[in-house]
Amino acid sequence: MSTAKNLQQIMEPDIQDIADPLQDVVEQVLVATSRCGASSAEVDASLSQGSSLTVRLGEIETIEHNRDKSLSLTVFFGKKSGSASTSDMTADGIRHTVDAACSIAKLTAEDDCGGLADADRMATEFPDLDLWYPWNPDTGTARDLALQCEEVARQMGDAISNSEGATVSSHEGVGIYANTHGFNGIRYGSRHSLSCSVIASDGEAMERDYWYSEARDRTEMQSAEEVGRIAGQRALDRLGSRKIATCQTPVIYEAQAAGSLLSHLISAISGGALYRKSSFLLDHKGKKIFPEHINISENPYIPKALGSAVFDNEGVATKQRSIIKDGILMDYVLSSYSARKLGLLTTGNAGGVHNLMIEHGDKDLPALLKQMDTGLLVTELIGFGINNVTGDYSRGAAGFWVENGEIQYPVSEVTVAGNLLDMFQNFVEVGNDLDWRGNTITGAILLEQMTVAGE
Amino acid sequence: MSEIMELARQRLLEPTALGDQDLDRLMSRLLSNQVDYADIYFEYSRHESWNLEEGKVKSGSHNIDQGVGIRAISGEKTGFAYSDELALPALEQAANTAKAIASGGENKQVAVALKGESNRALYAAIDPIGTLADQSKVDLLERVEAEARKQDTRVSQVMASLSSVQDIVLIAASDGTLAADIRPMVRLSVTVIVDDRGSREQGSAGGGGRFGLTVFTDSDRALQYARDAVQQALIKLEAKAPPAGMMPVVLGHGWPGILLHEAIGHGLEGDFNRKGTSAFSGRVGEKVASGLCTVVDDATLPERRGSLSIDDEGTAGQNTVLIENGILKGYMQDKMNARLMGVAATGNGRRESYSCLPMPRMTNTYMLAGESDPEEIIASVDKGLYAVNFGGGQVDITSGKFVFTSSEAYMIENGKITYPVKGATLIGSGPEVLTQVSMVGNDLELDHGVGVCGKDGQSVPVGVGQPTLKIDELTVGGTEL
Repeated sequence: MSTAKNLQQIMEPDIQDIADPLQDVVEQVLVATSRCGASSAEVDASLSQGSSLTVRLGEIETIEHNRDKSLSLTVFFGKKSGSASTSDMTADGIRHTVDAACSIAKLTAEDDCGGLADADRMATEFPDLDLWYPWNPDTGTARDLALQCEEVARQMGDAISNSEGATVSSHEGVGIYANTHGFNGIRYGSRHSLSCSVIASDGEAMERDYWYSEARDRTEMQSAEEVGRIAGQRALDRLGSRKIATCQTPVIYEAQAAGSLLSHLISAISGGALYRKSSFLLDHKGKKIFPEHINISENPYIPKALGSAVFDNEGVATKQRSIIKDGILMDYVLSSYSARKLGLLTTGNAGGVHNLMIEHGDKDLPALLKQMDTGLLVTELIGFGINNVTGDYSRGAAGFWVENGEIQYPVSEVTVAGNLLDMFQNFVEVGNDLDWRGNTITGAILLEQMTVAGE
Repeated sequence: MSEIMELARQRLLEPTALGDQDLDRLMSRLLSNQVDYADIYFEYSRHESWNLEEGKVKSGSHNIDQGVGIRAISGEKTGFAYSDELALPALEQAANTAKAIASGGENKQVAVALKGESNRALYAAIDPIGTLADQSKVDLLERVEAEARKQDTRVSQVMASLSSVQDIVLIAASDGTLAADIRPMVRLSVTVIVDDRGSREQGSAGGGGRFGLTVFTDSDRALQYARDAVQQALIKLEAKAPPAGMMPVVLGHGWPGILLHEAIGHGLEGDFNRKGTSAFSGRVGEKVASGLCTVVDDATLPERRGSLSIDDEGTAGQNTVLIENGILKGYMQDKMNARLMGVAATGNGRRESYSCLPMPRMTNTYMLAGESDPEEIIASVDKGLYAVNFGGGQVDITSGKFVFTSSEAYMIENGKITYPVKGATLIGSGPEVLTQVSMVGNDLELDHGVGVCGKDGQSVPVGVGQPTLKIDELTVGGTEL
């Protein structure tokens, strides 16, 4: 394979130090599966390591060190398959795991749609997406950052009465996916975060809120002061929250809450839900499910982004593509299995989407509040009240009541409810305050109307 | 229990020739510096699952995970490291990393006498994976599928899965604890989709516990789950839009006990209360519920999903009264929080695996039966919601606000159940909701054994239960004004 050579040119040597022993494991597995008579096989071996340190009320509370190995494999005997996984990568562990997968495959039924992804879909180019910035801060460095962050948060106001602490965490990982098509690709990436959660109290009630920053490259994280300041302010802002009367009203989902709406879209257009006919967006490809001005795309090749990847969990090349264009559903989210079930081709999404982005307008959050004039700004959602079969939606919410485009008072103990099909059609505007801390990247979203239940 | 200890030693210590003197040496290595407490947690876990869809068992998987977690505590500080290798050099390295939390300080040499105590075993020390031949597991899932399809021609999809886990743990701690447990767990789940001329709905059911798989083949249990899932889906097909706003809510018995888990259970975990971050902090002895309510967390029920002969710190599982006749009696504790709060550990120290830190967690949380006839409870409501089945829930322990989402519910009008309504999220305030309980049924039931509780990213199996309850006022998050 030329893959390893290519990667050596673009990566720092320590990736290779981690990858080399994993390559040995992967090779042993593929030899063992062919010896067992498997007609094809795939294997994933990975190693991740790092540490996290939490301070609370000015003192270190926990230091945790992580180092996780994982080996998982699937064998195919014609159209039958079996899977197994382990953390034990010794020769014994590998043998047991291959045996376990083979004995399962003997009993599973033939499945016409099973098997590896098609060989001609394997990724052949491996551009460097700039994802490797290991940090490994020493205890003193991590402690000082966390202390500073928590201290800033606690100084934000006298009403900050308690703290759940501040955490610095740093991890990196390398994984190899290989299969009997001859594909062998390395994934690698680092991920660092700084988070802080504090409690404000007015003597009667307590309110908690938090903030965090996360990035591949620690120099791109928000500063300890900024994370602490936002966490403290958010907790203070929630003090004195009350219910509102049950009503129908416009709603703005703050950027960090709005990502969930896009996740619900992805669940509904995912192959598994479609071939099981358990999606409210069944047979909606080519139909207009959003207003005309809404565009949503998948962007796997953004340098340094948290969801970037060259190939999916089956080795299939990922693709920059449009999912919603002018409000119309252009394409589904498929693995090779679900694609075969639907008579379609894989979209390179075994394991999920990569950097889903919604096109935004030029308004920041204050401008969106002005546009809404009167309504509910949702900053936090709790619960799991989403029915993927019907699109019915009902979740607990906290946030702020807005009048004349200005925040009036904090709101809690209410629910927001509707049907996702209606809610998607109700997307009025997307803010420019993009939240890059995850795999769905969006600004705040203004919805024309939802039912809010309160008093 | 000595047999359990012997089996645990064979699996966890003997393969790498670890002996008692090695545990002693590791423990004294951990106890140098200013370490107050240390523990070493060995775990071997084997998991198998089989999945059916479209009438065929198309996939199966098998997982083995083993390792050791080492923790050192100094005051309120915790150092933690783990290894997936059980050999001594890896353990020594993890011990050095963990104890670095307590830097400096004089060496206090403490000799620890590790002593095994006998605890009552609440479940058999079996490997449930081996309790049924693999072909019989496949056959069982196929029977479940056939039973579901037989119920109604509108059943368009049946998905069923069967999973079995054996978890073997051995715990050595600086307080002299030397304990082992062998924990079986099985679970069978069924999800169906029904399709009535393009109108679709989903229903799910399932159950399990700490026993072997033959429970599913020797009884009607598995087939009953199939029937329940179909019935739930068909009812949802007929359901109308749910109401929005505050109204009386009657909760059915059994799984709706998730109310107790979310509304008060999490808020009564010792760590939040030691830190003063729970809406229930500092409220022991106060009235937090109507006098009709007595709530316990009970790890001692035989073979239940949330039961534990010993917790993950080696403390025997207990039946802890949380609320008695409306008065808050105490919290659920692990060793660290119990020590820092000056109370006794309650056997609630749990962890997802060797690679996670233990913390106070629930086991089986339920409300004791009251005196009302369930029919009389429904008859007492003019206009309200009767919710008999739920999906998940969540709580903000600091503000006390909690939600749980109904998956099967009906309108009550003039004391009668009139029509089914679609799922809706119910939201309330933990410290207030139980004060609104005005009737408690005489029909206590525990759930069927499917609960998974998440906290700080760690999942553990739990149980819930309750009798039929009437809550005078709760916000229902529907769409109908």
